[in-house]
Amino acid sequence: MIPTALTALLSHWRCNLLQFFAMIAGLALATALWSGVQAINAEARASYDAAAATLGEGQFDQLLPRTGDVIDQSTYIELRRAGWQVSPVLEGRLRTEAGSVRLVGLDPLTAPGTIAPVGMQEDANFDDFLTRGVLFAASDVAESLAATVTQRVIVDPSIAPGVALSDIGVAQTLLSAEGTLSRLIIASAQPIGLPALSEVAPSLVRQPAQDTGADRLTDSFHLNLTAFGLLSFAVGIFIVHGTISLAFEQRRSVVRTLRALGVPINLLIAMMISELIVFALIAGGIGVAIGYVIAAALLPNVAATLQGLYGASVAGTLQLRAEWWLSGMAIAVLGTGLAAAGALWKIAQMPLLASARPRAWAVASGGTAWRLGAIAALLFVVGIGVAIWGRGLTLAFALLACVLISAALILPLVLRGAVGFANQHARAAMWQWFWADTRQQVPGMSLALMALLLATAANVGVSTMVSSFRVTFVDFLDQRLAPELFIRVEDEAQSLELEAILLTQAREVLPLLSTETEIAGVPTDLFGVRVGPTYRENWLFLEETPNVWDRVEDGRAVVVSEQLARRADLWTGDRLVIAPNLMLPIAAIVADYGNPLGQALISEAVFHELYPDLVPMSFGVRSDDPTDLRDRLTTEFGVSETAITDQSRIKAFSLGVFERTFTVTGALNILTLAVAAFAILMSLLTLASIRVPQLAPAWALGLTRRKLGQLELIRAVVLAMVTTLLAIPLGLMLAWVLLSYVNVEAFGWKLPMYLFPGHYALLTLFALLAAALAALWPAIRLARTPPSNLLKVFANDR
Amino acid sequence: MVLTVKDVTKSFPAADGDVPVLRGVSLSLGRGETLALTGESGSGKSTLLHLIGGLDRVDSGSITVGGREITKMNDTERAALRRSDVGVIFQQFNLIPSMTVEANIAFQARLAGGFDADQAGRLSKALGLTEHLNKYPEALSGGQQQRVAIARTLTARPKLVLADEPTGNLDEATASEVLGQMLRLVRETGAALLIVTHSQSVARRMSRQVNLSQGHVV
Repeated sequence: MIPTALTALLSHWRCNLLQFFAMIAGLALATALWSGVQAINAEARASYDAAAATLGEGQFDQLLPRTGDVIDQSTYIELRRAGWQVSPVLEGRLRTEAGSVRLVGLDPLTAPGTIAPVGMQEDANFDDFLTRGVLFAASDVAESLAATVTQRVIVDPSIAPGVALSDIGVAQTLLSAEGTLSRLIIASAQPIGLPALSEVAPSLVRQPAQDTGADRLTDSFHLNLTAFGLLSFAVGIFIVHGTISLAFEQRRSVVRTLRALGVPINLLIAMMISELIVFALIAGGIGVAIGYVIAAALLPNVAATLQGLYGASVAGTLQLRAEWWLSGMAIAVLGTGLAAAGALWKIAQMPLLASARPRAWAVASGGTAWRLGAIAALLFVVGIGVAIWGRGLTLAFALLACVLISAALILPLVLRGAVGFANQHARAAMWQWFWADTRQQVPGMSLALMALLLATAANVGVSTMVSSFRVTFVDFLDQRLAPELFIRVEDEAQSLELEAILLTQAREVLPLLSTETEIAGVPTDLFGVRVGPTYRENWLFLEETPNVWDRVEDGRAVVVSEQLARRADLWTGDRLVIAPNLMLPIAAIVADYGNPLGQALISEAVFHELYPDLVPMSFGVRSDDPTDLRDRLTTEFGVSETAITDQSRIKAFSLGVFERTFTVTGALNILTLAVAAFAILMSLLTLASIRVPQLAPAWALGLTRRKLGQLELIRAVVLAMVTTLLAIPLGLMLAWVLLSYVNVEAFGWKLPMYLFPGHYALLTLFALLAAALAALWPAIRLARTPPSNLLKVFANDR
Repeated sequence: MVLTVKDVTKSFPAADGDVPVLRGVSLSLGRGETLALTGESGSGKSTLLHLIGGLDRVDSGSITVGGREITKMNDTERAALRRSDVGVIFQQFNLIPSMTVEANIAFQARLAGGFDADQAGRLSKALGLTEHLNKYPEALSGGQQQRVAIARTLTARPKLVLADEPTGNLDEATASEVLGQMLRLVRETGAALLIVTHSQSVARRMSRQVNLSQGHVV
């Protein structure tokens, strides 16, 4: 019985191939967008972990040569003899046929535990590493090394991209650098009573562990990508929901017949669920594969973006990760279940003797539209409640869901209202018929238009978010990287000496005086700033009171970071206790993205009063010719190359790379819009098959088939236009929730929101174009409908 | 007896309370017998046919098909009975539009697990469907579709054939021809036939007639 009944059920798809294609394609696209974004995120995160685990960069203080880039091995031995727990590292580029590989030589016996280089696997051991010259690298690097080195290369996917690891002795041989080292990693725990570095190794300088605040920015980027992935998936699910609803409507008669012929309803439901699971797995598999292609295409840009912006190393190639394959398939099945639940429920509840004729394919006709509108209003109210009283990331996402779902549910009502309004104002008979007919089509197209609404809103929201992020980030770079050069000093004496030199050589010298303290219970970096043109011209505030810098310079006010202000629950005008005898009003709030610590800026003079013994350990230097200044400082004044950072180059590179972010979001935006256009196409094509009885009377009364086709096209564009007009404020609300709510809940800081009207106008044009393109084929098909098909409507012999 | 209906009542809910449709109907049908169930619209003919076919439940009374009391069966057991012992021919044919004529004819017999290709071939030939076997139902006329529905039911060799206005959608000549073929084939298979009809000419061709009026056999 089961195979026979299954044959009957499945035969529906054979006769409705377009519908089958729409369902599989919709689900596959939804899964593709979801898994593509997940793949990018997973790959990027895995790469950070690999980089951190294998290289330990930024985790530990390091010793670097004061001049040049080489440390003599004897210096290392002297340090070890003096009791310093340091571990040697040699780095260099090893040329291979495919380019070059960064070879890192480590000493596994002395390396701090968390950067122990190798997961000793089944075919390697410690002895191998030390004595037989084994190299470890990810598969692509291992492949390129195999032809270059004689040593055995073992594939270890946990090694950072573009890097090979070996014992330091092997590295010295391969890099022809016997007896030399690049740097020394200082273990966290050191014996008490160590001799000073200047005594044992005066040629070395200590570089503190790097601030990991950038992780927060990276996390923000990933969170926003994940939110985008979810939105894209929601768009896809609307397509699947529409297709499945239509398919189940059309199968009502078959279901009734099968039941009348003796197939139990439970078995039918079980068969339909099984059928859907199989389809979901097939579509999910296709979707994950497409997602892989999307991710692989976009990953080089993502990698460059993250590397350029945050210094996070991301491999430019993808690995097939089981977890995102599984999550992609799971989300496909879950999405199908979500989309089909209603349809299955209706079938299960359908009485055997109910009318088997397919009802109008309507999710929102008449009373249903009002019911959905009521649910939308309820969700909207809940959303407002969450926005006012809600706290925490989960509620922030709940707010996002409330906004999006309520907007989608209210759409049929808005469309009915707009069409009804047009109907009232139509004079010509043809237009009266057109609007009346359009009103009848609204329920059938609702799901596709909801998909368009979400896609366009996502597009507006994400573009606004990314563009705002860019504007903010550029401002932030201008503000924080305004000095062309940064110069570190090692001690108090050098600080005083260098400042004296710099004052004669540079346009403006900005001593970076700081100390870590606690203000209002928040761990904070307190800065003493020399207020000058750089601060006055470059620093932008989230909120400010008049004459900020004058008041700071006079010691009458403090500027604090957003994180400190939010955590201390203070804002401009509030007074802040900086030190036991110092309370200042907050003159301005400044953004300090990604810094887990609070930040407070007071004048240099006040800082010196509080901390008379502290001297600046680095300087920002303004110069019209930074290259020349750098040369003079190193050659004439003996400043170490490693102590100088050329910020202008970093800034230019970062800004250039940020543009790549647009490639990623731009590509995802286009894809989402294409998916929405696909939804409209599928709706129109499937509706076309049940439209003939509605159009035949108009044709019989004198409208040509060509005219009918034109009207179909106009209808799609008009409905898309109303939808897009609703999508723009929805998208802006989405951006606002992401920037001002989700970000604050997730990271404790808020990104300012900027508007880009030109972009929205262009997007509206694209959405209309997508709708028109989607409607073109069904319209042409309609214009070419054979008269015999239209005449069948009037035939009574069936 | 193939069919025994005893004191069956059935009512349907309405806005102003339950509306009784059948008020204690009793009848029986033996092997090879044909019976026409007639009566005005709303007299309960189709309701009684649905109850006999296990498509709906009685309020009270009992119905026995092939010695098994279906009024005591659950949904699954009644579904099994429809597969094996009862064949229903609907006025709207209820063919599966996505399957060919041949697959439609074989369908119920396959569900019941007793498909006989020779029998299907004979029935197709007898009903003039041989040249249409590879077509889909939408390509056939109403009379041809009704023939396919009859062939589907009879191929499954049910003990009891229930037909609800099987010629209601057909013109007079086609209706007469289809009915003649159906009666002949029912006789050949030895099944009992209960047919619901408004048409006196159809009713007269059955071995017995039962008239329903306001829920009673009159």
